Amino acid sequence: MSRTVVIDPITRIEGHAKISVFLNDAGEVDNARFHVVEYRGFEKFCEGRPFTEMAGITARICGICPVSHLLASAKTGDKILAVKIPPTAEKLRRMMNLAQLTQSHALSFFHLSSPDFLLGWDSDPAKRNVFGLIAENPDLARAGIRLRQFGQTMIEILGGRKIHAAWTVPGGVREPLSAEGQQWIRDRLPESFETVHLALSLFKTLLDTQLKDEIHYFGEFPSLFMGLVGKHGEWEHYSGHLRFTDSHGNIVADQLSEDDYQEFLGEAVEPWSYLKFPYYKPLGYPAGMYRVGPLARLNVCSHIGTEQADRELQEYRDRFGRIPTSSFIYHYSRLIEILACLEKIQELVNDPEIRSDRVRANAGINNLEAIGVSEAPRGTLFHHYKVDENGLIEKVNLIIATGHNNLAMNQTITQIAKQYIRNNEITEGMLNRIEAGIRCFDPCLSCSTHAAGQMPLHVQLIASDGTVLQDVYR
Amino acid sequence: MSVKTLTIDGKDVAIEEGATILQAAKEAGVAIPTLCHLEGVSDVGACRLCLVEIAGTSKLLPACVTEVAEGMQVQTNTPKLQEYRRMTVELLFSEGNHFCSVCVANGNCELQDVAIQVGMDHTRFPYRFPNRGVDMSHPSFGIDHNRCILCTRCVRVCDEIEGAHVWDVAQRGAGCYIVSGLNQPWGTVDACTSCGKCVDACPTGAIFRKGETTGEKERDRAKLEFLVTAREKHQWIR
Repeated sequence: MSRTVVIDPITRIEGHAKISVFLNDAGEVDNARFHVVEYRGFEKFCEGRPFTEMAGITARICGICPVSHLLASAKTGDKILAVKIPPTAEKLRRMMNLAQLTQSHALSFFHLSSPDFLLGWDSDPAKRNVFGLIAENPDLARAGIRLRQFGQTMIEILGGRKIHAAWTVPGGVREPLSAEGQQWIRDRLPESFETVHLALSLFKTLLDTQLKDEIHYFGEFPSLFMGLVGKHGEWEHYSGHLRFTDSHGNIVADQLSEDDYQEFLGEAVEPWSYLKFPYYKPLGYPAGMYRVGPLARLNVCSHIGTEQADRELQEYRDRFGRIPTSSFIYHYSRLIEILACLEKIQELVNDPEIRSDRVRANAGINNLEAIGVSEAPRGTLFHHYKVDENGLIEKVNLIIATGHNNLAMNQTITQIAKQYIRNNEITEGMLNRIEAGIRCFDPCLSCSTHAAGQMPLHVQLIASDGTVLQDVYR
Repeated sequence: MSVKTLTIDGKDVAIEEGATILQAAKEAGVAIPTLCHLEGVSDVGACRLCLVEIAGTSKLLPACVTEVAEGMQVQTNTPKLQEYRRMTVELLFSEGNHFCSVCVANGNCELQDVAIQVGMDHTRFPYRFPNRGVDMSHPSFGIDHNRCILCTRCVRVCDEIEGAHVWDVAQRGAGCYIVSGLNQPWGTVDACTSCGKCVDACPTGAIFRKGETTGEKERDRAKLEFLVTAREKHQWIR
């Protein structure tokens, strides 16, 4: 008899979701689905608002990465104004995005995912969280929390507050960088470098030892990868152009502009999830599956462009080839990106122009439609606005990073479920592995944080005729 | 001019005839919450926040438009008044779309200040979520009618100080809204001198400068009083 296993809600991710695992008559996994069960409606209720408010409104989508929306929205606004923002404003916006990548990656790695690696997949779920980590390895936990604090405080220094800093505006930014702020960032950098090097060496050791197998089961499959790259194909997070690379390292499409995203990206809808399924149009749905985020960004770029991160990138490619295809490698790529961010922050904070107070351009409504893009911690983020001649929003489309990864997340959990669910036997550790498959992508389901603590997990085994065979709670 | 003596919250006050209870309270150092009152322009008693209790009458009277009388005993902060004020503010919040978190006036809003002052932490009334529209047709300013509390400060400041009389109130009751010109888009009203006094006068984020983002609205209300003093007394003092 076939049955369905439901994991609801998924813990230690940002947002609300559940997983269903469908078993066939033989008790083997047929398929697994990642359902996003929340509906927000931002695209609808933004209609009628002045476009200048969009950064402030869309930042409210999330408390973890509001900066990504602030940037994508402000960039869209720049295009509506038809201005090129002052160079210092661009550098400051870049700094804020780097701070955002740092804090979010630190949160994903230290707070959300490392309890699995360091305490064990099958360890007591009551302790398998950041508090368990503090008890087990206080120095590492403290360093991770302080690394996140470094990014968050930088955001506060630049934007006046850690969360929802409405500081990036169409035309630039609201305030320049203060001398005290500049000094604080300089002073705190060495400690942050130390932490990321510590995490890298620890994670590499784990990859060689107890996490060896996970690489092959946690979403190891070919797919396309999409991300921004710079003029010379280097790692990029703010501007540049979009590139698609396949799992053999071939550049499938390059020099793509966000303005044309509708030509190369399609969005499919499935009745069982509120999250759309974007796909690469030339390959169709669902064959046009692609991944975004740290793994994709490191796969599409030729190099990073900073010394230490490029050295780590070389070792990473020596280990897993030019294009690592396992979703488990997201964790590794996240750490390399933190290193890249810190090096780039170091460059920017010492830039002679960084304290200029020419940071905001003014203009009227000069374009009625615009598309902005930025690399959020989780991947490429698009904002697409249509406005009337007075700048009131007529239409909004937001393509969120987690959406791009939707097909890949479903494939990842299917692969993990197939590997670990055997003979109708379901253990807590196995459920945790499936959840961890989702956590590789650090999905931001645009809701509040469930960063710490234990949430109830409800597993239901449902027969093909709909009767509930078993209820498991933890 | 004769002088009237009265008590406000037990304090003896002497003030010239014709003064309002609000003026007398200010003289006596008693703070009464207000929203529609604005120094430099006439009072209309629109917001009902300054309601006070007067011995000998069961009616609550607005301090801003009630003249003082000899021997008056005024109470400004009884439990009954506190409850009424809180309810008034709750009704204002439930009537419009007041989302502080993304509003241009966040942190610099009199409605927000008054809500804190009267201890309003939530509203007991269902939100109406109106869709009254946003007019961005003016080259420098915008008006979001959803954030308007109909205090009519803009109407009075434009009429009495600038002399342009761009603004008026249309319709009745819950259907009331502020109109520019003869209910035209603001940008097409010839009378508007683009002076920005209505932006300074607006207590909320309803009237704002274009391009302002969350919490960015600044006001110079003292400028309005300065202009009135300059015009009437020929004294240019701030």
